[in-house]
Amino acid sequence: MSMQGPIATHRQATGIPTGRLAVWWLLASEIFIFGGLVLCFVLFKLNGTPGFEDASLTSVAAGAINTFVLLTSSLTVVLAHAAIEEGNVEKSFKYIWYTVGFGFVFLGIKTYEYTGKIIHGHIITENLFWSFYYTMTGLHALHVIGGMIIMAIISFDIKKGYNFQRVELIGIYWHFVDLVWIFLFPLLYIANF
Amino acid sequence: MSETHGHPNYIKIWYWLLFLLIISTVGPMLEIPIVTLITAFGIAIVKSYMVAANFMHLKFEKKIIWLLLLMSICLLGVFFFGVGSDVMMTEGDQWIDCIEDKSCVEQRL
Repeated sequence: MSMQGPIATHRQATGIPTGRLAVWWLLASEIFIFGGLVLCFVLFKLNGTPGFEDASLTSVAAGAINTFVLLTSSLTVVLAHAAIEEGNVEKSFKYIWYTVGFGFVFLGIKTYEYTGKIIHGHIITENLFWSFYYTMTGLHALHVIGGMIIMAIISFDIKKGYNFQRVELIGIYWHFVDLVWIFLFPLLYIANF
Repeated sequence: MSETHGHPNYIKIWYWLLFLLIISTVGPMLEIPIVTLITAFGIAIVKSYMVAANFMHLKFEKKIIWLLLLMSICLLGVFFFGVGSDVMMTEGDQWIDCIEDKSCVEQRL
């Protein structure tokens, strides 16, 4: 394994490489961001706030396809990690770009959804449901875009023969992005309880 | 980098995740509230555990990571009950409607 790069990537005090520990810290803070939004959504819904019946207007098919896309992208990124552990840079590079491709598909479907909703007048200020919908899915989409950019950078790094450990780190982040969507899907698309 | 541990069968886990996705999508179509809750949210918890444990390798991680995540979730619980009382309980002796009663606005000035 390559040992080049910042010292934080190959020293440790907890038995966990510092880079990986940092990613887990980042995810712990992300739990507050998305968890806070999800809990507030649930509170307002349980309180019977008007507008939440609009959940029936979201497209279950689009949400389900996007869940499929993200679950599959999670598979490709973990296969990229497995490949780099075997020292197979080409295979890892290929799987990273499959993941980036799935990210584009996800964003494409999301854009299609947004366009349809906005054309029908469902904008962020319409009511509390749409405020939550655009805030949560928009913030999630920003995380997808961020992950794609970082993955693209890492893919070229490993081609040059360094920072192999970052494939695992971006993988952990990407799985979290998938995990958030696993909760957003039932909340915003399928559960009109 | 990763410690020495075997890799789970990722393809098999992916198949399971897709199977659970189908159930979580079809279940709510029955329009029975309890079935919706179980199939939508119950399965979301199972799916997220499968992703975290196998794809994120959480089941191979040291306890400190579990504690870190547990701390986050506990603090989220504190946040929930803190905000919950504000959102859910809008009536009571201690509440002042600042739109009708201007005294609370004056108190702030």
